[in-house]
Amino acid sequence: MSRQVKFVQGNEACMEGALYAGVQFYAGYPITPSSEITEGMAMRLPAAGGKFIQMEDEISSICAIVGASLTGHKVMTATSGPGFSLMQEGLGYAIMAEIPCVIVNVMRGGPSTGLPTHGSQGDVMQARWGVHGDHSIVALTASSHQDVFEMTVEAFNIAETYRTPVILLLDETVGHMREKLEIPEPGELPLVERLRTNVREGVNYHPYLPREDGRLPMSDFGGVHRFNVTGLYHDMWGFPTSDPKMVHDLIRHLIDKIENRVNVLARYKEYYLDDAERVMVSYGCSARSALHVVKDRRQRGERLGLLELQTLWPFPADVVKHCCAGKKSVIVVEMNTGQIVHEVKKAVDSPDNVFLANRVDGEYITPPDILKILRLIQGKGV
Amino acid sequence: MAKAKLKEHRINRDWCKGCGICVELCPKKVLEMDAEEKSAAVRPEDCIACKLCEMRCPDLAIEIITEQDEK
Amino acid sequence: MALKDYIRERFFPHMWCAGCGHGTVLNSLLRAVEQLGLSKNEIVMVSGIGCSARISGYVDFHSLHTLHGRALAFATGVKLSKPELNVIVPMGDGDALAIGGNHFLHAARRNIGMTAIVMNNKIYGMTGGQFSPLTGIGGMATTAPYASIDRSFDVVEIAKAAGATYVARSTAFHAQECTKMIHDAILHDGFSVVEIMTQCPTYYGRKNKLGEAPDMIKRFKDITTPIGSKAKQENPDLIERGVFVEKNLPEYCAEYDKIIERAKGGA
Repeated sequence: MSRQVKFVQGNEACMEGALYAGVQFYAGYPITPSSEITEGMAMRLPAAGGKFIQMEDEISSICAIVGASLTGHKVMTATSGPGFSLMQEGLGYAIMAEIPCVIVNVMRGGPSTGLPTHGSQGDVMQARWGVHGDHSIVALTASSHQDVFEMTVEAFNIAETYRTPVILLLDETVGHMREKLEIPEPGELPLVERLRTNVREGVNYHPYLPREDGRLPMSDFGGVHRFNVTGLYHDMWGFPTSDPKMVHDLIRHLIDKIENRVNVLARYKEYYLDDAERVMVSYGCSARSALHVVKDRRQRGERLGLLELQTLWPFPADVVKHCCAGKKSVIVVEMNTGQIVHEVKKAVDSPDNVFLANRVDGEYITPPDILKILRLIQGKGV
Repeated sequence: MAKAKLKEHRINRDWCKGCGICVELCPKKVLEMDAEEKSAAVRPEDCIACKLCEMRCPDLAIEIITEQDEK
Repeated sequence: MALKDYIRERFFPHMWCAGCGHGTVLNSLLRAVEQLGLSKNEIVMVSGIGCSARISGYVDFHSLHTLHGRALAFATGVKLSKPELNVIVPMGDGDALAIGGNHFLHAARRNIGMTAIVMNNKIYGMTGGQFSPLTGIGGMATTAPYASIDRSFDVVEIAKAAGATYVARSTAFHAQECTKMIHDAILHDGFSVVEIMTQCPTYYGRKNKLGEAPDMIKRFKDITTPIGSKAKQENPDLIERGVFVEKNLPEYCAEYDKIIERAKGGA
């Protein structure tokens, strides 16, 4: 068997990944630079037996996918900057009510309407903390179309496994860039299907009672178990409560189910780390330039390495600490004024050796941009 | 259809919040508020089993049982 | 089945104030469902936030208590993904037409087969008596201490203009009429809107000196009249009750099924 090869935009790779993962319902609202995902879903989803709906805004888009998830479907929406801001309310709901769903944010320049057609990685902290109140979140990213495809599948798998929203944090550069994508054969990538309860009709089903392995089997709306779903603190049947013990237990559960699995959820790629003297830590489009610099300088005898993060949240601190241990310097490459760099500083043994290489003018950070900063760090001048 | 004949007023005193809507709107003045501010059928013999009290009760606290209902 | 078989009895008495008209809406709704003989498993009740929204917790259906104003958006996802379900969406007036106004318009425009029940008590009750888009000029509220200068929406006119294919209005006084309308709205194949005027004795009643719950509910009889009545001609200020729109137009989920066929290369 041979893989189907396509020459596509990153946004199309994301859409292909979602279809491979078995997405059945998509709701979205047009916004640059994510619209190709929405357009692609409108075209492809009905043929795959799924449903597509263009909603009146991003608020209703995320609400609609939550509703469709509750009837037992794999669901997704995609947006960008301002739309992602509007989705925070629904995202918080999905966290609280433990609804599996995938939210793609193809990052563009911000704040506000910012730079709609230019790349940025400015929403990393919004992905982590955009929702009000204590919570935890899973956010994945990718730098190549093959990885965009695989991380999209991963996003669905994690969402279904842990009953949680998963954010796929892409960027305009990857989203609009064209490159080769090989679509894996069916069965090549593992797919996680929703865990449904085996509690029989007439027997008490608890939608919010975790099993011993921490998973919470679901029952579809329209099925034999009728329960309540709310964004309020709730008991194991889903009914509102303000009982201090139940409130405490629920917030701990929501955070622990993700934070206690930080290493299980960590996805990353290592390039030349073993003998590296200096390590770059990067993700998304920035990682492409970082890798270029690493390979280029290797040819000149400079021992550079790259740690490419694909899981941004929960932040894989152990991985970062391990990969950066004993290195002369750590250079975090990202297209913002410094977001992941602070997480890296918290994770490593020597935070003073952590530097930021960035660009925030709406232009793509190039290998020469990174090289200049590298030279300064090395004390070699430009 | 034969006219419904009252058998019983079932008033759930735990649910009744004593708003007085049933008392005020009963066409035959069958109901009154008792000492505990709960609805009570004080003139059941006048009841025509129209069930308006049952249908309007915001507390779902009133059930008018007719002989037909029993059948 | 008896009415009580459709509720979650353990949560009663409910949390609404004494004499709150929302309870009567619940009462009417349960009767409509009972008359229709629907199975509890095939009903999803989706609500937003506010006093009205608590209704979903009291019914023994699949219940989805969502965000302020967003009930119809969540419900759209439920319905389109599983069209065989009966989706009922009770909302307050602020919930449906202030924060949720846009969702209301678009659900109506799509003519998606759901039933919206607007429990209009002209006030935000749960947050303490602030004015809503239904309070109207001259109405008193905690955020309109010198009387409201905001004009009021007309739920029926908005629903009609936005394209709802079943539009009706009644009041908590006319409980039997409410039951019939909710019954017909659920049966209707398209987006149905039933506005039910309800009394809020705690805030709207006190702020506007309308007396106790019995006075307020009786007032609905005095200020409303059936559609096209002679009384309306004589007194244009009367609010009309009845079914304003009932027409058959393509329902959204059924139309989407045709899209699926087209996408698969069928007709």
